Amino acid sequence: MSSYILGHYAYWASIVVICVGMYGILFKKNLLKKLIGLSILQAGIIQIWVCLSSKWGATVPVKAQGLSTDVAANYLSPLPHCLMLTAIVVGIATMGVAFALLMAIHKRYGTLDESEILSKACP
Amino acid sequence: MKVQQLPILIAFTYLAWALLIPLIAALRKNWIYPFTLVGSAISACASIYGFISSFGSEPLRYTFGGWAPPLGVEFIYDSLSSFILMVINTIAFLVLIHSKGVADREFPEKKMPYYALVMLFMLGLNGITLTGDIFTLFVFLEISSLSSYGLMSVGKKFAVYTAFRYLIIGSIGGSLYLLGVFYLYTVTGTLNMADIAAMIPQVATQPGIVTGIILIVAGFGIKAALFPMHGWLPDLYAQANSTSSALVAPIGTKVAAYVLIRLLLLVFGINAVDAVAPISTIIGILASIGIIYGSIYAIRQTQLKRMLAYSSVSQIGYVLLGLSLANPMGFRGAVLHILNHAIMKACLFLVAANLEKQEGHSDLSKFNKSFAKKYPWSMLAFTLAALSMIGLPPLAGFFSKWYLAVGAVEGEQSWYLIVILASSLLNAAYFFRIIERIYIKPADDTPSSQNDVAFSMLLPTLILALGLLVVGLMNTTLLSNLLPFYD
Amino acid sequence: MIESAVPLLALVASLAAVPLILLSGTKPNLREFWTLLAALIKFCLVLTLLPNALQGTTTQITLLELFPGIPFILKADPLGVYFALIASGLWILTSFYSIGYMRGAHEKNQTRYFASFALCLSSTLGIAFAGNLVTFIVFFEMLTLATYPLVIHKETPAALAASRQYLVYTLTAGVCLIAASVITQVTTGSTAFVPGGIYTPLSLPDPALLLVFVLFLVGIGVKSGIMPLHSWLPSAMAAPTPVSALLHAVAVVKSGVFGLVRVVGFIFGSETLAQSHLNILLMILAGFTVLTASLLAFKQENLKKRLAYSTVGHLSYIVLGASLLSPLGFTGSILHISAHATMKITLFFCAGAIYVNLHKENIPDLNGIAKVMPFTMAAFTLAALGLAGVPPLNGFVSKWTLAQGALQADMLVPLFILVISGLLNIGYFFPIIHRAYFKEGEHLEGKKEASAFMVVPLVITALLSVLLGIFPNHFFHFYDLATAIAKTLIPGN
Repeated sequence: MSSYILGHYAYWASIVVICVGMYGILFKKNLLKKLIGLSILQAGIIQIWVCLSSKWGATVPVKAQGLSTDVAANYLSPLPHCLMLTAIVVGIATMGVAFALLMAIHKRYGTLDESEILSKACP
Repeated sequence: MKVQQLPILIAFTYLAWALLIPLIAALRKNWIYPFTLVGSAISACASIYGFISSFGSEPLRYTFGGWAPPLGVEFIYDSLSSFILMVINTIAFLVLIHSKGVADREFPEKKMPYYALVMLFMLGLNGITLTGDIFTLFVFLEISSLSSYGLMSVGKKFAVYTAFRYLIIGSIGGSLYLLGVFYLYTVTGTLNMADIAAMIPQVATQPGIVTGIILIVAGFGIKAALFPMHGWLPDLYAQANSTSSALVAPIGTKVAAYVLIRLLLLVFGINAVDAVAPISTIIGILASIGIIYGSIYAIRQTQLKRMLAYSSVSQIGYVLLGLSLANPMGFRGAVLHILNHAIMKACLFLVAANLEKQEGHSDLSKFNKSFAKKYPWSMLAFTLAALSMIGLPPLAGFFSKWYLAVGAVEGEQSWYLIVILASSLLNAAYFFRIIERIYIKPADDTPSSQNDVAFSMLLPTLILALGLLVVGLMNTTLLSNLLPFYD
Repeated sequence: MIESAVPLLALVASLAAVPLILLSGTKPNLREFWTLLAALIKFCLVLTLLPNALQGTTTQITLLELFPGIPFILKADPLGVYFALIASGLWILTSFYSIGYMRGAHEKNQTRYFASFALCLSSTLGIAFAGNLVTFIVFFEMLTLATYPLVIHKETPAALAASRQYLVYTLTAGVCLIAASVITQVTTGSTAFVPGGIYTPLSLPDPALLLVFVLFLVGIGVKSGIMPLHSWLPSAMAAPTPVSALLHAVAVVKSGVFGLVRVVGFIFGSETLAQSHLNILLMILAGFTVLTASLLAFKQENLKKRLAYSTVGHLSYIVLGASLLSPLGFTGSILHISAHATMKITLFFCAGAIYVNLHKENIPDLNGIAKVMPFTMAAFTLAALGLAGVPPLNGFVSKWTLAQGALQADMLVPLFILVISGLLNIGYFFPIIHRAYFKEGEHLEGKKEASAFMVVPLVITALLSVLLGIFPNHFFHFYDLATAIAKTLIPGN
């Protein structure tokens, strides 16, 4: 049991981060905090992918002079890293759009609190 | 024309146009609209041509950069994806023709960014449809989602808030999907759909696969507005401007449903999935609840666009119901309903746009007999689309409902039959109420514009409405390509 | 089996008239010309199908494939030609009558009226010629849609309420019909109308068969006015009288009973029904409707409402005849389709003429009108006698055949029902005739007979009833057709 949790501690940590993100989105009233929650959620998912590529005792997948080995098993898997570069960019783009929307919301309603906005918009 | 290059032409024309539109706008502002139409027309014509030439031919696999799969990324252009591409690109083209009137009225100074976003949105949707790789699917999903967040924020005052809510919920959907892909990748080690399909029989029972599938269904269920994850939809469609609604409503959720069809039925194989977790039953039950819920709430609405939004929740339920039946008739019904609903909903939203432009409101209680006199063609289009939504032959809606009904009875899920037919009656309740008002209810003397809208707004509306007459009767020809696809 | 485009052309004749009518809205005479022209062309085309039908050959045309294995097919088989003849023939007369009525009553929205009428007749012919259940459903629903503008025509609150009730009933019925057809398709693999039925006694276990039968009954029974699905019919009398005449005495309700005959004879088949005793269920419902409707007719003060309940009763004669599952039962039931059509249309024409001419709708006001409108009341009397089953009208022929059919099937209860309802018919028609002829009327000075447009058609239909009563085979060989159809429906006969 303990090896199940401790042996995969990275994955468990990522799950915790994902849950924190979800908590933020669902239970926080301030729109900016929701956005932060979303960002944490995405970070957790990126983290879990990156954990996938890691191996005990493996090295960075860069073929450097003199120090490299030709056995593929000694390198980390580079694919999840590349995929996650894309995902990070997607996250940034989402944040950009979200900030633009938040600024527009703030300009129109003067507040970023969900319940206040709803009471102003739907009386 | 080389059919080999069609997938790229269809999808990446939009990418090129998204980059060119700002340049054109810098030259001359009033070239934006015609230029956009040109790009959309290229894609639409190419997808129609491709659909016709895909009859009876092998699926086309377009690999990027010469890297063969499973290492490389590929576009798959087979009968199902060519069908969906034809649907979304043609509808988009017609809506864009209509958009001139809306753009001039609602956001005249924002045309350049708007049309560029539309191009990116269509790029995303086309990419989702074409891709044969589950991670590329995520990429295109996010491209289309981000564009739609921007598109839907242009509208009434509350639109920015609903768009932000859509952003949060949609991003959760995308993230859940990404997490699901993670689990799949962990077990299968590949991201290519065909490869996964080959591997599934051996690994289907592993907990990783099951978790991955459930997360993917949850993620795309959010995007497809499967009950109870539909909450973002009604306000969003009601608040956004008419062109955005007309673009996103008919095709946005449909592409998400298509992804579910592709993944669940064709990649994973529904039998393998069901052996471990009753996913198809759950989707079926949720879809049925969504159908009834959407119809009931639609009856309660007083605004036309909100009513259409709830109606959309109900209609996507049909597609997902067809998916959950997992038999050939259900599949046919689902795919045909994607086409039918795209046409019907686009037509209805365009009519709503026409009315909003001329009357200034979309308040149902103010509809009266003068509408039939002032806007005869728009009201004709509305009536045809409404009758089709109810499922009255010989309009298109009847045919997809028949397939779904036969699929339900064949699959021994007869209570789905009751759901499908009961919802037809509920649809009749709210649509006939409007038809009665626009043709019969006496008018009071409120001054308003006397004519129907401009030709550019009227033509697409009518084309779509008359298309309903044709599509229904021609459905066997249209679907004949798909028959050997899923048996 | 002959392939020919004539059934399609007959259908299209009035469909093509619809845009022409809509476009000639500002020129009433041109508009009426299109209607009459279309009616004549349609009738002549249907007539050309008659020789083949008498020989038992079907003229058909397949248009396209609606679903895999289900074509959109128009089959002019004997029963279809029979119904089409009645519908298209009576349309000519109704068109003339409509012209007189609408102009006499200065009705509004006449363009919408005539266009909807043309569309209705197209749908009716489509129903007559439908070769399978799905084609039938297409035209059945089209009929609902086409009749909606006619029911709501006057746009009064009564018309609005009637139209809403009509929609609720008919759309629900449509949905049940679709459900029943889907189950039929999945169970038997086909939805085609085949004499003798496509169900075999072993197709479905009895409870499931009962369910499908009930679904069909509800689906088609609404339009056939079987109780308790009949309530839309009296309410629909809020429509103008020509609408009530043609549609609610001929096209819509006859489509309903026609559909029932199709379902009983061509989908289920007498073998399957007899085996599971479902025909007894049908008989009970029909018998109940006959008696109850006839009794309810007594209560009605409004002339058209009384005629409506009379229609409900007589429609169930047809259903009753079909449920007997005997050759003469079928023959009688099919004959009554045409007999009731001609007689009831006469009665409604008279009611409309009285309304337009004298502005009277209620029976107590009809005192002494026979002096002022002699032709109208003579026709009324003839038709009423025919409905009661008095020779030598065609009502007697069909009723006599039905009675013989009941004897042939060894069922005495239907026989009694027929006799009793005949007496009830006399009971509720007699007061009207008595008042018209033998009571003194008020405010009738200076009134004369209604316009020729209205009187000539109703005289023609009344005379037709008499003629077809004396010579049932004259003109259109109705009797031969009916007998031939009945033969094909009973196995081994």
